[in-house]
Formats: sequence, C-alpha cells, structure tokens
Amino acid sequence: MTAAAELMDYDEVIERFDPVLGLEVHVELSTSTKMFCGCPVVFGAEPNTQVCPTCLGLPGALPVVNAKGIEAAIRIGLALNCEIAEWCRFARKNYFYPDMPKNFQTSQYDEPIAFNGWLDVELEDGTVVRVDIERAHMEEDTGKSLHVGGSTGRIHGAEHSLLDYNRAGVPLIEIVTKPITGTGARAPEVARAYVTALRDLLRALEVSDVRMDQGSVRCDANVSLMAKDATEFGTRTETKNVNSLRSVERAVRFEMTRQAAVLAEGGTIRLETRHFDESTGSTSSGRPKETSEDYRYFPEPDLVPIAPSREWVEELRKTLPEMPAARRKRIQVEWNLTDLELRDLLNVGAVDVIAATVDAGASPAEARAWWVSHLAQEANTRGVELADLPITPAQVADVIKLVAAGTLTNKLARSVVEGVLAGEGEPVEVVEKRGLKVVSDDSALIVAVDEALAGQPDVLEKIRSGKVAAAGAIVGAVMKATKGQADAKRVRELILERANA
Amino acid sequence: MSELTRMTAAELAAKIQAKEVSAVEVTQAHLDRIADVDPAVHAFLHVSTDSALAQARAVDEDVAAGNQPASPLAGVPLALKDVVTMQGAPTTVGSRMLEGWEPPYDATITTRMLEAGIVILGKTNMDEFAMGSSTENSAYGPTHNPWDLDRIPGGSGGGSSAALASFEAALAIGTDTGGSIRQPGAVTGTVGVKPTYGGVSRYGLVAFSSSLDQAGPCARTVMDAALLHEVIGGHDPLDATSINEPVPPVVQAVREGAIGDLRGVKIGVVKEFSGEGYDPGVMVSFNEAVEQLRVLGAEIVEISCPHFKYALSAYYLIAPSECSSNLARFDAMRYGIRVGDNGERSAEEVMSLTREAGFGAEVKRRIMIGTYALSSGYYDAYYGSAQKVRTLIKRDFDAAYEKVDVLVSPTTPTTAFPIGERADNPMAMYLADLCTIPASMAGHPAMSVPSKLSGIDGLPVGLQIMAPALQETRMYRVAAAYEVARNESDGGPLISRVPELEVAR
Repeated sequence: MTAAAELMDYDEVIERFDPVLGLEVHVELSTSTKMFCGCPVVFGAEPNTQVCPTCLGLPGALPVVNAKGIEAAIRIGLALNCEIAEWCRFARKNYFYPDMPKNFQTSQYDEPIAFNGWLDVELEDGTVVRVDIERAHMEEDTGKSLHVGGSTGRIHGAEHSLLDYNRAGVPLIEIVTKPITGTGARAPEVARAYVTALRDLLRALEVSDVRMDQGSVRCDANVSLMAKDATEFGTRTETKNVNSLRSVERAVRFEMTRQAAVLAEGGTIRLETRHFDESTGSTSSGRPKETSEDYRYFPEPDLVPIAPSREWVEELRKTLPEMPAARRKRIQVEWNLTDLELRDLLNVGAVDVIAATVDAGASPAEARAWWVSHLAQEANTRGVELADLPITPAQVADVIKLVAAGTLTNKLARSVVEGVLAGEGEPVEVVEKRGLKVVSDDSALIVAVDEALAGQPDVLEKIRSGKVAAAGAIVGAVMKATKGQADAKRVRELILERANA
Repeated sequence: MSELTRMTAAELAAKIQAKEVSAVEVTQAHLDRIADVDPAVHAFLHVSTDSALAQARAVDEDVAAGNQPASPLAGVPLALKDVVTMQGAPTTVGSRMLEGWEPPYDATITTRMLEAGIVILGKTNMDEFAMGSSTENSAYGPTHNPWDLDRIPGGSGGGSSAALASFEAALAIGTDTGGSIRQPGAVTGTVGVKPTYGGVSRYGLVAFSSSLDQAGPCARTVMDAALLHEVIGGHDPLDATSINEPVPPVVQAVREGAIGDLRGVKIGVVKEFSGEGYDPGVMVSFNEAVEQLRVLGAEIVEISCPHFKYALSAYYLIAPSECSSNLARFDAMRYGIRVGDNGERSAEEVMSLTREAGFGAEVKRRIMIGTYALSSGYYDAYYGSAQKVRTLIKRDFDAAYEKVDVLVSPTTPTTAFPIGERADNPMAMYLADLCTIPASMAGHPAMSVPSKLSGIDGLPVGLQIMAPALQETRMYRVAAAYEVARNESDGGPLISRVPELEVAR
C-alpha cells in the first residue's frame, strides 16, 4: 500500500477550485433472458450454470439481439428525454480479459441508441439541478472473476482466479452524463442525487431491479478540478464501480480533496482509473489511462443494424410511467404532507410501500402511520429496507381494513402484523390461528359477565346501589376471561344491564 | 473402386430408395475408398466411421418401413469441412489451436443435413481458420489434388474438393469467404457454390470473417449441388444475418437449364478479369465456355467493373480486421490447447504462449494486419476505406445487372499450382482469389463449374458464374445448360477423366 494521500480541507478546495463531474452508470436490465442468447438472467445461481455456446463465446456460436433489451433501452432513453437513433449498430470493443468469453464486448460506440437528454435532480433542500445526458447505449455484461490468494482481491498478486460466466451476456445499459459543472461545494451531493434520481427512474420504468449491492446498478465517477481562473477542464480520474449511493458521494468528495492537494503542491493529476475503498472512504490508483488499450472498435458484423420505427418509439413513449419527481409532487398534495414529512418518507424509503398500501384500499394517513411508525422500527431492527420486510402493502391494507371494520382493535392488529412478519400467513389466517378476533357476540360476553358478577357478589351489590364506577373491577375480570378480545366499552354496558336486570 | 463411389448423389439416393442398394453399402463403399486413397490425398482430418454407418442404417430402416425419404439426398455420403461443428467429432478448423476440441453443439447446417438423412463421413482438411488458397496452411499437413498429387487442391476448402475429385464422397460442404468453395472447385474439376450472404446459416461455422463467410454445397454435378443447396439453405433464427426468405428453387432451375436453351439470357463477361497473370490455358478454356453459352442462345455482352481491381486490397483489410477480433477468443481459458501453464505464469503469459504456439504463420499475419487496420488513427484510412471500396464494388455489380442477368469469368487465374510454389509468397497466393473476391464483397451468389481442361497442363479450369443477391436460380440455370453442352462436346463429364489413384492397401 502507498502512503495515505494528502488531502486538502474541503472548504479550501471550494475556495480555490471548481469541480467537474462526469458520471457513467451501468444498469443491468431485468430481462428474463440475456442480451444475445436465450440463457436466463438470474442472480446467485451456481457458477457456470446459466450459459450456452453463444454466451460462452464457443467457436461458431452467434448472437441474436434480445428485442426486450432494445425496448428497455429505448424506454430509458425516452425517460431521460433523449433522442432515439433512427438507425444504429452494435460495435465490438476489443480487449483481452479472461472473464470476457469472446475477448471483445458487444457494445455500441459512435452510434448509441439514445443521446442528448437530461434528468432533473432534486437536492435535499429542494434545489433542482439539471444533469445533461450525453448518451445511453446497449452492451453486454462480462463474466465475473474471483481472484483468490491476493491481498487486494485484484488479479495482481492472486494465486489463481475463478471465472463465472453466468453474468456474461446479461444486458446492460450504460448511461453517460455530459460534464456536470457549476455545482461547487455541492458536487458530491449532486453526484449522489443524480444516481438516486436515476435509480428511482429505472425502478419506475421496471427495467431493472436497481440493486446497487448486487451490482445491478454500478457507477463510475469521473472527477476533475479546474482552478478558479482556468478556462479548460483539468485532468480527470475515473473511480470505478462505486457501489452505494453513500459511496458515490464519498468518492467524489475524496477525489476533490485529494486532487486539490496534489494540484496545490504543483503536481499533476494522472489520467487513470481509481478504486474506491468502502472501509476507508478513500480511492487508490488503478490502471493508467494514457497507456490504456486501443479498443479497435468496429461495427459488429454478426448483428444487423437496429432501426426503431418512429411509430414503435411513440408506442413505447406511451408506456412510460409517471416520472418519480412528478409523482412525488402529486403524492405530497394527495396525502397532504408538508415538505418535511415528504422528505422523511423518502428518506426511510416509505413512499412506494405507502402508495401501494393506499392503492390496496387503505387511507393515506393510516398507511403512513403503519409504515412509518411500527414497520419502520421493525425494518430498522432487522436491518433491512422497508420494502424487504416479509409483509406486503396489500397485507398491511388488509389489517387496516380489519381495524376499520371493528374486527380488530389497534392492539390486536399489531399482533396480526407480528404474525404476518413471522410467516404465519395472510392477516385473516393469523387472526384465525392466533384467535385474535374481537368478541362481539353478546351471548358469549353475557355468559362471561354473569360469571364475573356471580364471582364478586359484593361488587354486584355496589353497582346495584348506584356505584357505577365499581363496574371497572368486573370489566377487568371479563377482559381477562376473554383474553382481551372483547370490546371494553360493550362489556361495561353489558355489566350495567345484567347487574340491574 | 466400387462403382457406387462414381455415382452422383442423385443417382445414389434414387438407388437407395429403389432398394437396389442399401445406404450402409453406399457408406461402406465410400469408407473403403477413403481407406484406399486418403493416405495419398489427405482430404480427411477425421473419419466418423461409426456415426456414418449408424446414420446410414437409420436411412435403410426408413426405406424398409416404407417411409417417405427425409430428403432427395437421404443416404448420400458427405464430407464436412472441418470449420463446421458436429457433435461426436473434433472440430479443429485445420489449426493446432483447436486440436481435439469436440464442440458441444451442432451447426445449423449439420442439423439440417442429418435431418435430411445425409450421411456425414467425417471432417475435411482446410487452410487453418479458412485462411489460404491451397490447404497448405493446415496444421495437419497439405491435401493433394487428385488430378496431380504434387499439386494443391485449392483452398481453403481443399479437403472437401479433393474428397469429391477422388470419389471419397459424393457431396461436400465448403465455406467461402473470398473464394474458398469456388477456387478449390475450379482446380479439382468439381462444382462449388457460394450462396447469397445470409442464404445459408452461419451458426456453427467457426468464424473467419463474419461479414463474408458463407457455407455452400460442393458436388460433382450442378444438380447435386442444387439438391444440397436446398437442404442447407433457408432462414435460421440463430443467425441474425440470415435472410428471412425461402430458399430459391434451384433444383427446378437446374431442370430448366438442362434443357439447353439459354435464349433470352444476357451474360456479361467481366472485362477486368483477363490479361496479365491469367494462364493462356485458362483463358482458352474460358473463351470456349463463353462461346458455348452463345451457342446455347445466350446473348454475350462485355461488361466493365472498374472497381473490381481494388477488391483484393480491400478484402485483405476487411477479412483480417474481422478475423483479428473473431480469433481473439482463442486464449486457452475455456477450450482448445493451453501452453505454458506451469502454475507460475500469469493468465496473460499463458494466453500469449498459447497463441504463439497454436496459430500458424498465415493466421498470425492476418491477425496482425487486422489489428493494425482497426487501430485508432488508422481505422479510417484502412478499414474505413475498404468499406467504401466494398460499396463501390456493389455499385459496379448493380450497374452490370441492369444490363445482364449473370456475369461470368474464369474462377481463378491459373490451374492448380505445385505444392510449395507459393508457400513463401503470400501476395502470389492471394492472387488465386482475384476473380472470386468481388462477389464475396458484394454478398452475391457465385459458383464455379468445370470448363474444359487447360490445353497447356491438362489440368481443370473453372467457369465462374455470378448472379445478383438471392438470384441463385439464374446462375444454376446457366450452369446446368453449360454443363450439358460441355459434357456433350467433351465426350462426358470432366470428372470422369481424373487419373486413377494408387490404392494404399
């Protein structure tokens, strides 16, 4: 390991330099099959089981384009306000690497399917930054290498490497921004907000499962600094595979402070790729880019050009969902939320589950109450996202409906939710199994009341003599006898009725 | 030699259906012939005796059961170029790199032939990765021309053409990138057809140059080639460049052509394909063939295709560029040979040592040329310019086909040259494909049919017939008419004049 990099104080960085960002985001599409063959796209399968002659690059095998992949690419392009190419081709990007079966990646080069777009990104305080999109293009993923025996997990120093080609050929869309300038001190925040907004957009489009932790969204962050009086961009570095939203922000911030320190010392920034270390929040030098390979791009001769008709593009435009930003505005009005309340919901990732609960028939206020209080706590305890709790919005809506119908009290409802979370089945099944129904059948209650009164004749006397408050003792006995499943108000009414009968 | 090996594919299939002979007998006769003469010819890299006999038995069972034949070629033995995958046998592509590699899947054309009841005898020798015009670039030694064992059988498909000319197989499959079906056909006195690009699936053909490679039928008669063409042709969803159109009715076109009437047909003679570098013996044979076409009623027109003279240069940029990328996958990681893996060396070092040992000189030369031509800074000057030339060649063809129905030329400028003569002179070797490359660059169909022997060295000469994309019927019709007239005037098929080969045992 090299010595820890010198860093400049962040405020000083901003005083002396303007940061310039360029973000490249790779998105794995959640198509059912790979981009150029019929192998299934699944995460976590046994290594080298989701493969065929084509995605293994066996001699003689040929690619055929997945139409769903093209459809997803066009929809992403449209959602990013891009122009869609009338005619474009795939290209071969040639370089040798053992996890790439053909030793070329089928990608797009100077003819991307979508180009010249933008995405509006909202920061925490509501400021909106427009990020210009250079292009979105289609390509295939590589296999995965597992380097065994080295200290860094990289190929250098490894004793041997294991290769898994299950991921080889999975459809990817690479989305590249134009240089993002003028963001000053907020550059790291803008980077994070952009990736967040893009992730939300892709989720709304239902084209990817957008799991950064599983690598289905991967971000490369290009960062450079220009001195306040400079007229040209500085030399950039490209920090690869930054795999969480928080890391995007940290990586950009780290590079700004590192580069500023180098420049302030009179040094120069090397055009290179860098690796981000999650544990230290720092980046380290990777492969120099000046000597990087010449990819010898040329049009892929095994595939025919793609010429999406304007009619098809317009059909696909009609399939675009409500954009996340517009949806947030609508929800704020419909749910009657303050800015702060909306932000809280967004921060805990509760908007989608609440919306789904509302769609399933619950009132926004009730849905919000359940998810934000009880369930958020549960998610926190379990260390998972709200959406990953083993309870669905529909099930929460069912519970809310049972309370509204008087079948459950709020206390019983919490027990039902506990049951669902414990895997005991649907809410009604839990009610059944745990015997949680409110006892509203008077005849059963009357028996219990009569028994309780008979068991405490002194209390009965007091009630008869007009000391109504004494009924409390009988209520307690009845509730105990019915295991808390009786409606206390009704029990009190019945006690007074029966005592004076 | 068994008479069965002298018969055409059509005759054999008819006899099998008529139960005059069994498919097993036919197959066995050819296997015996291979055992007899292949030690001298070396057409085969692998003979699949057991699977061939099993396929033949299945045909016989079908016949015995009174079932309709799977195709008009059921039971006919075929020699498969070693660039096409077939399970149960190695696919080496004539390269050390893939020595012993058994593909886990069948090429689409292999599947179609097996379904048609064609018996696949084995895999034939070829220039390594189909790069060459003599089969001398095979890592497994050269194939010898049955007309003169000291001469080359053409290339890259010299194994397939020699198998036909030595009566080891009635049919063969070749692949043609710049002439690898047609030129071997010409120098062995056999018929070789390169279909329209996209007319026959490339799925399962080990790629040399993806935008040019095309598999096609090889046979001793035009009719046999047409019958095989209809078996292997047609759309394949596994090949994105395959044309979604029915196979042209080439068998019908052969029947029409065989009537011998070419009145109303306009034939263009490509002016640029003559002069320096063309053997006088080849030109005499070619001119005689053109005269015969005129006698058959065709109108003969001279056509100039001014950009054809750039075709060879452009081809030697495009094909190497694509091959440099296509052959990158041979890296010792997943299949094929692995050299120098001593547990110490890195993956890059093992890759490098393997490619050094696994590829022959011509393959390396082309990978280097192609890598250079695609490099940034050179791309526009080389690959880009070559693609422009390709467009100009297509325009020359378009203009020509406004005036004529088909074009003709000699298939190759010379007859079979002696083994070793051009081995150290790549440029001389490349000139063998001078006349065949333009149709490849345009993606058009073209075929070679035997004309008369060269009066100078007594070796076969080929007549090339070219047609517009998907217009195979035109060229088959002309070829069939010419074949009939040629055989009548020459006292029988050219192939009957191949010298007897010495029998090994």
